[in-house]
Amino acid sequence: MNATSLYFRYIAVSIRGQMQYRISFLVHALAHFLITGIEFLGLAALFQRFGKIAGWTLPEVGLFYAMISIAFAVAEAVPRGFDILGRLIRNGDFDRLLLRPRLVAFQVLAQELQLMRVGRLAQAVVILLWSAHALDLSWTAPRIALLLCAIAGGVCLFSGLFILQATMCFWTIESIEIVNCFTYGGVEAGQFPMSIYNRWFRQVFTFVIPLATINYFPAHAILGRSDPLGSTALLQWLSPLAGVVFLAISLQFWRIGVRHYASTGS
Amino acid sequence: MKAYLAMLDARFRGLLQYRSAAIAGIGTQLFFGYVRVMIFAAFYRSSDAAQPMTAEQVVSYIWLSQAFLLLAMFGVESEIAAMIRSGGVAYELTRPVDLYGMWYSRCLAARLAPTLLRAVPQLVLAYAFLGLQAPASVSALGWSLLAILSGAALAGAISAAMTISLLWTISGEGISRLAPAVIFLFSGIIVPLPLFPAWLQPIVQAMPFRGLIDVPFQAYLGLLTGTAALMGIVQTWVWIAVFVMAGRLMLQRGLKQLVAQGG
Repeated sequence: MNATSLYFRYIAVSIRGQMQYRISFLVHALAHFLITGIEFLGLAALFQRFGKIAGWTLPEVGLFYAMISIAFAVAEAVPRGFDILGRLIRNGDFDRLLLRPRLVAFQVLAQELQLMRVGRLAQAVVILLWSAHALDLSWTAPRIALLLCAIAGGVCLFSGLFILQATMCFWTIESIEIVNCFTYGGVEAGQFPMSIYNRWFRQVFTFVIPLATINYFPAHAILGRSDPLGSTALLQWLSPLAGVVFLAISLQFWRIGVRHYASTGS
Repeated sequence: MKAYLAMLDARFRGLLQYRSAAIAGIGTQLFFGYVRVMIFAAFYRSSDAAQPMTAEQVVSYIWLSQAFLLLAMFGVESEIAAMIRSGGVAYELTRPVDLYGMWYSRCLAARLAPTLLRAVPQLVLAYAFLGLQAPASVSALGWSLLAILSGAALAGAISAAMTISLLWTISGEGISRLAPAVIFLFSGIIVPLPLFPAWLQPIVQAMPFRGLIDVPFQAYLGLLTGTAALMGIVQTWVWIAVFVMAGRLMLQRGLKQLVAQGG
């Protein structure tokens, strides 16, 4: 059986499991939709009061918001298996994965696909459609392609972060909560153009965790605005690739982690 | 009273076992607060129009609400929820204390203990390095302390009523998930309530949730003084009475239909 069909078989099992608790799934999905929706209403209230933020209107910020939220929702749903790695290690279940003739990262990835994240995804798609409509932009093929690439780069970036967080479990057993600053905090910060933040903060989210590359830079190209931070058009079009590079580096760390793994318990 | 204090004490000591979790939580909350401060600062730089709060006041409001975040971040009380699911609730009936009183103090303790544990270090750090102002005056400090204690009492009462509703719904997932969204928005954690649009103000002002965050911290900043502060606190206590009565009533009804199995 090739990897793709095996993956879908794993995921089908996971989804069937989640669908045993249909009401619970619906409530969770609805809750994600409402919580993120309410946050956006708060944002809209601020725009009503202040008009703009650093020259950006609500539909423009809506585009930033939707790009990062869609990417995060997908990354929360798909590589979910890495989130439960701490548990796998503590019960010794991780040892079982090592015995099977498939890549370990593949097996962890295929553990679960968390459907309830569809709530955040749906809310973000609504915001994206609203912004795309409210913005005075002609949605040409290159624009749409760049938008999709930026979102795909974002999925890679956040997946890489979740994998890094999981990799630390090989040393600490417990999951490191402080990484949430970069995942959940990254989504929060990425909802606005990076140029509004302090210099050091911007640099962290450009060069260490390259959030700006899947959001700030491509959004400038999509909106056709010139960047006050001085990025060129070429950089804006290529920058989503940084998400892929980040994921590749994370997977290298993961490999080191697996090699370091020495089982827990007796 | 002694029994209730013992519960609070037990909760504190339990929590203190998880010091590293608390430190990580404080770090995360400071990070989020810092992001929010920068966002609001950018909004204030973008508009010259007069606002109901100054930029400095908003910064203080954000740090205060981050420090007391856990006071307003609640669902059902997990230990009681587990008892309701497992049937252990029958043991609770044998204890020689008022059941509502006991559950209320559990819910209150579940809010108060983690909040205090995280609030104090955050307030110190935010005051020293991150732009949290001192209280507007001695009386502002007095009003805000009174209001935050009332807010804690309110959080306990709402949480108790939510928990008791589990006697019917068992899982409680719905209410635990959906309530925080509403509470967050209407307590002032997402956007300070004075910055809401004017047409929303009457609704926001009538809601119980402003007693958790907004009343105490508007008092702290000197935006609510004298009669206005008093009225805010009185309103909080009216809501406490409503939630306590609702909770007691639900508990009474719920216990009537309770069937304890086994011997």
